[in-house]
This record gives sequence, structure tokens and C-alpha cells, in this order.
Amino acid sequence: MSAREIILARLRAALDPAPAPVEVPRDYRRDGAVDLDLLVDRLIDYRARVHRVAEAAVADTITGILPTGATVVVPPALPPAWLPATVTALPDDDLDTTAIAAADGVITAAAVAIADTGTVVLDGSPDQGRRVLSLLPDLHICVVRAAQVVANVPQALTRLAPHRPLTWISGPSATSDIELNRVEGVHGPRTLHIILLP
Amino acid sequence: MTRTFLGMPATAPAGVGHLRGEEPFPAAARRALADAQLRRNLGHATATIRAKSAGVIGEVPDWERLRAAGSAIKADVLARLPELLEQLEAAVTAAGGVVHWAADANEANAIVVDLVRATGSDRVIKVKSMATQEIGLNEALEAAGIAPVETDLAELIVQLGEDRPSHILVPAIHRNRAEIREIFLRAMPGVDPELTDEPAVLAAAARRFLRQTFLSTSVAVSGANFAVAETGTLAVVESEGNGRMCLTLPRTLITVMGVEKVVPTWRDLEVFLQLLPRASTGERMNPYTSMWTGVTPGDGPQAFHLVLLDNGRSAVLADEVGRQALHCIRCSACLNVCPVYERTGGHAYGSVYPGPIGAVLSPQLTGVADNASLPYASSLCGACYDACPVKINIPELLVHLRDQAPHPRGEAAVMAAAAYAMDHPALYAAAQRATRLSRLTGRRGRGLPPPLSGWTAGRDLPEVPAQTFRQWWAQR
Repeated sequence: MSAREIILARLRAALDPAPAPVEVPRDYRRDGAVDLDLLVDRLIDYRARVHRVAEAAVADTITGILPTGATVVVPPALPPAWLPATVTALPDDDLDTTAIAAADGVITAAAVAIADTGTVVLDGSPDQGRRVLSLLPDLHICVVRAAQVVANVPQALTRLAPHRPLTWISGPSATSDIELNRVEGVHGPRTLHIILLP
Repeated sequence: MTRTFLGMPATAPAGVGHLRGEEPFPAAARRALADAQLRRNLGHATATIRAKSAGVIGEVPDWERLRAAGSAIKADVLARLPELLEQLEAAVTAAGGVVHWAADANEANAIVVDLVRATGSDRVIKVKSMATQEIGLNEALEAAGIAPVETDLAELIVQLGEDRPSHILVPAIHRNRAEIREIFLRAMPGVDPELTDEPAVLAAAARRFLRQTFLSTSVAVSGANFAVAETGTLAVVESEGNGRMCLTLPRTLITVMGVEKVVPTWRDLEVFLQLLPRASTGERMNPYTSMWTGVTPGDGPQAFHLVLLDNGRSAVLADEVGRQALHCIRCSACLNVCPVYERTGGHAYGSVYPGPIGAVLSPQLTGVADNASLPYASSLCGACYDACPVKINIPELLVHLRDQAPHPRGEAAVMAAAAYAMDHPALYAAAQRATRLSRLTGRRGRGLPPPLSGWTAGRDLPEVPAQTFRQWWAQR
């Protein structure tokens, strides 16, 4: 008998007599209007820095964030107009981890943002790149379009594709491990900028 | 062993892992209560988290409806566990992962050791995981010459301090910032000798210490918070980014997961991703959640192994009342509200699962005889039931397990005598009159003589009234 057969046999024996079928009540909130101000409020509460600008102003906004000559990791399909001339772009043509870790920052788009919780979700699309890009640099600039913002967690899951590698980000890296209070800044990016477009 | 026996629900084996304490709860608790620093640290931390959690739960108008949904999803999972695991296995395999089954801790440890050996690596990076603590994976890896590196800050504090975890969420909750600084100065190679006890400075020290290890280790071991049967998607919720490092950078990822962590559908995550962060760290959402399905070409580990662990869970499932302990999503809200946990801390419970949930889960995983004192490690106040985001009725389970725990012979004799007296009215009346004599034995709380003194060692005897109800009634 394989471990698989043993475990399944044990579980089947444990469920004899069979429990009654369970109906899951789904009367919790699913609908709800998107409130961009709430998203901004939640983001700031968890120490993300928020910039609400028009798309034409993204490059200028990034110029204000990164010093001249800073190196930034750039996913393959990031809109080129977002990139200011003042920074040195490191396009991800299979960059090694050392190069990614040594960069001053990374710029990505997003897949979804959740107003209720102040969360942005990356799904590895070409304007966001593979997961390591937004992990190793100490500063992450994430550009979110208003149309990508949903009200709550249930709405976010309906928009996301489960087979893609997903990273849910709510504020910069933090820990609650010292006296159960939240402290920003451990292994992930210690600074998170969200540029919110109309 | 016969085939029939192999297929019957089984408890977790002794001699491996961390589900059994070395001494009963009352003895361990007495020592913990004498540690004033421990009580201050726990009181401060649990008060902080209770306030934070209450604040963010108060923001959610449908919290009770989410709890009801979470509880029902878990009950549904347990009712259909075998078919959901087979569905999960098929989905993970189709997405490029490899699924392994481990009937107990020894089998799981052997599977992981063999997988790591096959990669040629002599080191693994680990994301905090209750399942791997439960089975004693670190000890098994070390015995095989493989160095496990804990990357969660609290786990790192425990590992560097050669300590034991004392909380499900924050294993180093018993340490304050000054003690953490001392541990880092003593045990963290290359640490700045000018290190202060500012939490941000301590976190930065951990960042520097682990960065090179993250970048140079080719195998990671994780647990899982959720696994979706219909899609094969695994989810790990975390705060620091050490989870993202482990789930993203290595070539090989090995995830060890208790069989009860499976959820039926993608949509079910919408319930748990609302319940878990608010109940556990008191945040609207934890800083990072990673989800992956098998292997993604060009992104993250290119080899993924999922180890499905029984280790006593089938025995818990076999108890129709007790099985609700398997609803647990390891948020630790019940620890943070428990008046007993707040005073004794986690070590007194002996198992990696401390607090109220540990008091009902550990004895069921091991068999009640091996953790017989834990169902009594509670005042039955019910705060844990109110706090549980998936509505585990912990007080009901505690009483249920007390029934199953072996009782001392003296107690059984007294209960039998009481039952006989209550069946015989004349005898009962005589017994009531006799209790009045105990007023002569001295003041309240002095206790019963042996062999009944064990009962009154931790309890006051009630004051016996001057006359019985029957005497009072007869005089009316």
C-alpha cells in the first residue's frame, strides 16, 4: 500500500458515516463601488507614498523620486513614455539576480488594486515582469490605472487569473515580529511608491 | 501490521517532531508564571495585537457573515477531503508540480531530505511553517548534513537564540526588543556591534544578514496557508518578503502542507484573505501574499514539490466533534485573547501548537493520553470561540477532550459515590447534612485530605452553608 493509498483510506475511514453535505452561505459583500480616495487613504496608512498624476506626468513624477543617474530595472513591456531620461534603465533581458539586487529601483505596472485593503497585485504580465524584479531592489515604483482598481477582495479574485504567478503587495516590506507592532522594512523593498493614474 | 490497520485513522507517532511536551502543563506553567519578564513581554504584545485586530475587524460590516462562510467552507472541505486532495494532486501535476504523500512526520522528513539531497545542496532556506515545525524537519535536515536557515525574523530570533517557538504567528513573542538585540549581538555573524534595540534597526540587521543567503541558496522549503483544489494554486501569506525570496529565487521549491489546508475553489480565497490578516496581525492585508500554480517557465523555481501530510490529521477527522479543530487557519487570534496563554506563554503547552487551539489540536493529533493535561489548560471563558475567524467552538472541544482524558482513580471513585448518593434520596440528604461537618474542619480553601487533595490543590472548596436547602424549607 503506498502512502497515498494509506492516507486516502484513513481519511475515508474517518469520514464513515459520511457527514451531511455543507451549503456555504455567500451573503458577504461582493458588490460595492470603487472609491479611489479610500485606496489612497489605505495606501498611505501602510506607509506607501502615493502620487496622483496624469499619465503624461509619470516620467516627471519618477524624476522627482529617483536621483539623476539612478539605475532602474525595467520589465519588457513597460510603456517607454513612463521612463524619464534622467535614469539609467536596466531592461530585463534575463538580468542576473546580482544586477537586479544592485539596482536603485524597479518600475512596474500592476494587474489589480484593491481599495478596501490598500493592495496592489502583480501577475507577471510583460509590463510587470517576473517576480524577482519587484523583489530585490530596495525601491519599487508601481503605476496603477484607475480602471484597474476594484472595491474589495472578492472583486479582485474575479479579475485575476489563478495560473499566473501572483504577488499581492500591501505597503512596503514590514514585520510584526518585534513586540507585535508593525515595523516597515525587512527583506522586500523598503520604499513603495504608487503612481495612480486617472 | 495488516493492510486494514494501515488504512485506519492514526495519530502522530512519538519520537519525532514537536507535538508532545516533556512535562504536564501545570508544572510547566508554574515555572513560566514565575518569570516576571516573560509575563510583561506577553502582556504588552497581546494587548497591542488585540487592539489592532479589534480596530480593523470593526471596519468590516460583514465580519460575522465572513466567519460563517469561512466556517462552512472548512466543514465542506473536511466532508470531501479525499476527493479534494485527489483533485488538488491532479491540478498541481498538470501545472508541472510533483505531489508526494506522507502518512506521518518520519515519512515527510525522509521525502524532503531525499529531495534536497537530489539537488546536491547542503543548505535550504525556509519560510516560517507550522507543519515543518510540527514534524521536526530542521532536526531531520541537520541529521542529514543539510543546514536549514529560518528566514522569518521571529524564527531567526528563535534559531539564533537556540530557543523554542512560543506563538503560532510570532514564535519569538516572549522576547522583547532588548533581548532580541542581545541575541543578535551574541549569535549573528558579522553583526554591527553598535546595534541598537530600535525595531527598524533590528529588522535591518536581519535584512543584511540573510541577503547573501537568499541569493546563493538553490532550495527552499515552505508551508502553505491555502491550496486550491480546482486550480492547483498554492498561497503563502507573509509580511517581511522572506517568503517571496524563498518562493521566487531558488531553483527548487518544496512545500509541506497538512492535508486540511486544501480549499475547494479559487473563489473560496475571497473569504480567507479577508479573515486571516485581520484576525492574525490585525492588518487589513498582510504586506505580501504569494500565489503560484505548479511551475511558471522563466519565473521562479523550475522544480516544485508538494508534500501532503497526514501525521494524525486522519485521527482528528475521525472524531465528529473534534474534527472542527482542523478548520484552523493558524491566525493565532485565540492565543492573543486567552487569559491563560497571556500569563503562561507558549512553551508551557509543550507542543508547537500552543494556546487554546493547541490545547484542542495537539491532544487529538497525538492521542489524548500523550497530552492529557492540555484540555485542562483553560478556564473555559470562551474568549477563544468569540475571536476565532472560522468559529471553532474551542470550549466545546476542551470539554469533549476532558471526557476522553484518563482520569485519576480517586476522582473516578468520588464521582461514582456521588452518582450513587444522588440516586438514593435518603443517602443524599444524609450526605448533605454531613457536609456541614466540614465547617468544623476550618476556614475556606484549606483543601481536602489525601487522596482528594489533588482536586483542591488548584481550587478553593466552596463555603458550605449553615443549613441545607431541605432544612431551611422544612422550617418555613
